[in-house]
Amino acid sequence: MLMNLFKFKGGVKPPTNKTQSLGLPIAIAPMPSRLVVPLHQSIGGTPRPVVEAGDKVLKGQLIGEADGWISAAVHAPTSGTVIEVAMHVQPHPSGLDAMCVVIEPDGKDEWIVREPVDYTSLTPEQVRERLQQAGVVGLGGAVFPTHGKLTASKTVPMEEMVVNGAECEPFITCDDLLMRERAEEVVRGIGIFRDLLQPKKVLIGIEDNKPEAAAAMRAAVEAVGEDFQVIQVPTLYPAGGAKQLIRVLTGKEVPASKRSTDLGVQCFNVATAYTAWRAIAHGEPVVSRLVTITGNVHEPRNYEVLIGTPMDELLKLATPHPDTDGIVMGGPMMGFLVPRPDVPVVKATNCLIAHSDRLFPPKAPEMPCIRCGSCAQACPHELQPFEMYWFSRARNFGKTQEYHIFDCIECGCCSFVCPSRIPLVQYFRFAKSEIWAREREKNAADQAKERFEFKQYREEREKAEKAEKLAKAAAAQAAKKAAEAAAAAAAGEAPAPAAEASSPAPVAEPSAADAEKAAKLATIQAAMERAKAQREAAQPKNTEHLTPEQQRAAEEIESRRATAGLVPPETPVNEKSE
Amino acid sequence: MFAPAPFLLKDTSVSQVMTQVCIALVPGIAAYAWLVGPAILVQLVIASLAALIAETAMLRIQKKPLAMFLSDGSAIVTAWLIALTFPPLAPWWLVATGTVFAIVVAKHLYGGLGQNPFNPAMVAFAICIVSFPALMSQWPSVGLQLPLVDQINVILGLAPRVDALSGATPLDAMKTALKLGEGSQDVAALLANQDIYGNFAGRGWEWVAFGYLIGGLWMWQRKLITWHVPLAFIASLVAISGALWLYNPAQFASPLFHLLSGGAMLGAFFIATDPVSGCTTPRGKLIFGAGAGLLAYIIRVFGGYPDGVAFAVLLMNLCAPVIDLLTQPAIFGMKDTGKGDRS
Repeated sequence: MLMNLFKFKGGVKPPTNKTQSLGLPIAIAPMPSRLVVPLHQSIGGTPRPVVEAGDKVLKGQLIGEADGWISAAVHAPTSGTVIEVAMHVQPHPSGLDAMCVVIEPDGKDEWIVREPVDYTSLTPEQVRERLQQAGVVGLGGAVFPTHGKLTASKTVPMEEMVVNGAECEPFITCDDLLMRERAEEVVRGIGIFRDLLQPKKVLIGIEDNKPEAAAAMRAAVEAVGEDFQVIQVPTLYPAGGAKQLIRVLTGKEVPASKRSTDLGVQCFNVATAYTAWRAIAHGEPVVSRLVTITGNVHEPRNYEVLIGTPMDELLKLATPHPDTDGIVMGGPMMGFLVPRPDVPVVKATNCLIAHSDRLFPPKAPEMPCIRCGSCAQACPHELQPFEMYWFSRARNFGKTQEYHIFDCIECGCCSFVCPSRIPLVQYFRFAKSEIWAREREKNAADQAKERFEFKQYREEREKAEKAEKLAKAAAAQAAKKAAEAAAAAAAGEAPAPAAEASSPAPVAEPSAADAEKAAKLATIQAAMERAKAQREAAQPKNTEHLTPEQQRAAEEIESRRATAGLVPPETPVNEKSE
Repeated sequence: MFAPAPFLLKDTSVSQVMTQVCIALVPGIAAYAWLVGPAILVQLVIASLAALIAETAMLRIQKKPLAMFLSDGSAIVTAWLIALTFPPLAPWWLVATGTVFAIVVAKHLYGGLGQNPFNPAMVAFAICIVSFPALMSQWPSVGLQLPLVDQINVILGLAPRVDALSGATPLDAMKTALKLGEGSQDVAALLANQDIYGNFAGRGWEWVAFGYLIGGLWMWQRKLITWHVPLAFIASLVAISGALWLYNPAQFASPLFHLLSGGAMLGAFFIATDPVSGCTTPRGKLIFGAGAGLLAYIIRVFGGYPDGVAFAVLLMNLCAPVIDLLTQPAIFGMKDTGKGDRS
């Protein structure tokens, strides 16, 4: 089955160092003294703990419930007692704590009731849900919940399904041995994915430095009776990166801005397929995985390890050399030194490398960049790392984005080839985290601004509404009063004020800006009308009920004013005060 | 506590890169010493010493780590390029002045290793040919093989600079002859004088150029340089010289003459390929190389200087940042065609 392969640009050829750990078959790691199972072991929502200290659990029992669709359940790796649900240091370069369920094994390793199913009797939706409940996540290292990748794009037909058995990182051999020893279950797992996604073809990519694995997979594909193609791809780091393998096998390039399903392709790791099969056909959730123990040790080997096993206990199995001074989780190109030797194995742990200066000599001091361009030639995403370095260093993060820093997959090829020994990937991680931090800050500021502006708007609106109400009320009152006054004056000879009194009504227009002013005006006008009406209607009555003393006093005042040559007595005092 | 990933690193360093550039210069230097005169070896020593002294002083002043930067080899590469582009019997102080200027001004005052916008060796050449045009134009008359001791004496100023010692480069001689001849001189007739022009371009010099070509191809094979700059340089030089040669073979020398004379080969493989001052994108390198080749021809044929490579490279250095900016390659997944490159 010859097929044309494609190339990706760049890539490097570090010494593979795989033979060391390939000499022996997979061994089952002994039961550790205790298991620390982090709840957050996949991309997405952190599962909620459903057990508490003192609970007895069985192997495979749910201990963390998936939180949301992009989240995967977590299970007890063995039977025993929950000691605590507490914060513990994570196998992450940050060294931060996260919630873990600590289990003391009872040594019986007693399973829950497992319910194998024939998945063909289930709807696709049910299969996806089962995978989520079984905690099946991408075991290539990204730990994305697998069920979330098993829905084809609605608009783009699924053309190829790529199965990743490339394992391009040096030192790591767990996928190699999995394919050699458990090929059939891998193939059956791929069958589940194929049935859910219905791709036109299934391409299994394996680097050509693993002929045994490829042969085993071919035999298994034939034995199961599938039409999957097992393809040996040239050994070139990072051929096992999902985007690179998709490129090599299909010629498609998935940019950072798109999902692979948008291009009609989806990619799964072989170990993921294996765990999917175990979950569906055996009812076994993901409670263990294969881990390569290698590096500065006497007996490098692959072990099947319970999730939550402390790394230092595991490393002892391979008898590390005395000068071992740390544990690298993952490969030497993208892995990291764990913050403490006793952090637990998680679903993302594919390899532990005992670190020593003999194995990985300390790096020479960083020199200035000479723009030799080696990094650009090595970059599998065809970026210009030296330009991104320059701008990252200068904290000119906008520029780094112009040079597509978010297309960087942090594979480490640039750092590998740099003659100036510049830790380029570190600069890019720094730049990315700064950009994220700024974006978060900006979002927070934007939200605050939005909130403030809305508050202002709301206050304005309320004020306007109040003013409008006031104006309406005032106008109504004025109209009422005026009408009353007019009615009162109807007996007299002044109907005009009544007609005038109705004039404030149009002022009560709901124009928000003028409302307040209008309200004031209306009040004033209404008051004036009122006064006028009162004056005209009521003044004559004022003098009717005067006592003789008052009458006299008034007359005295009038006469004084008259002698002083002052204003005629008709001018009311209250008009001046207006 | 530890350096971060990748933990595996390729066995490479700046000093390895620079050492390999020096090794690549060896075939050219050997031909130079054998055919033109061993004085070049003395000049290489003088330039190297001047470069190391200047480098040490500048590192001291800036309080930069001495051992790390002195061992990077970049100063030696600059020194050797200066020695190889200056006349072999130039007085020692001229070479030393050029080198010190290159290291102090062109390199360190712009920030040191990796920061210089202009090729330091070419800055030295330009400064010296502008300041000391006579001395920079005195090339040994071909066929005159002075004993090494006498050559050293001339360089050190212990012997008088006899006029007979000094001639012009074949390139300069050709230009002068054509200019003086005012059309009556024929290129073919001039080239017949094998004493000056050897078999193709210049007696002895053509083989030196050939040595640079060998070294350049080795650097390409070792992936120290890519093919873009040398090929574009050579192609554009051949294109323009070929066009004018076809137009009037009596007045314009052949592409072969231009390729193998002056600093063409040294420029194409060792100077225009300088990554610090040159372009870095594939298309940018093509433009840079082609521009340098074209300008070198125009300056050497129509300009007032014996050769045009230095000025051509400096002019292209000026344009490099903008060329890079305008020629950024499409990245993975963002090309027009998703497919291609079937292996």
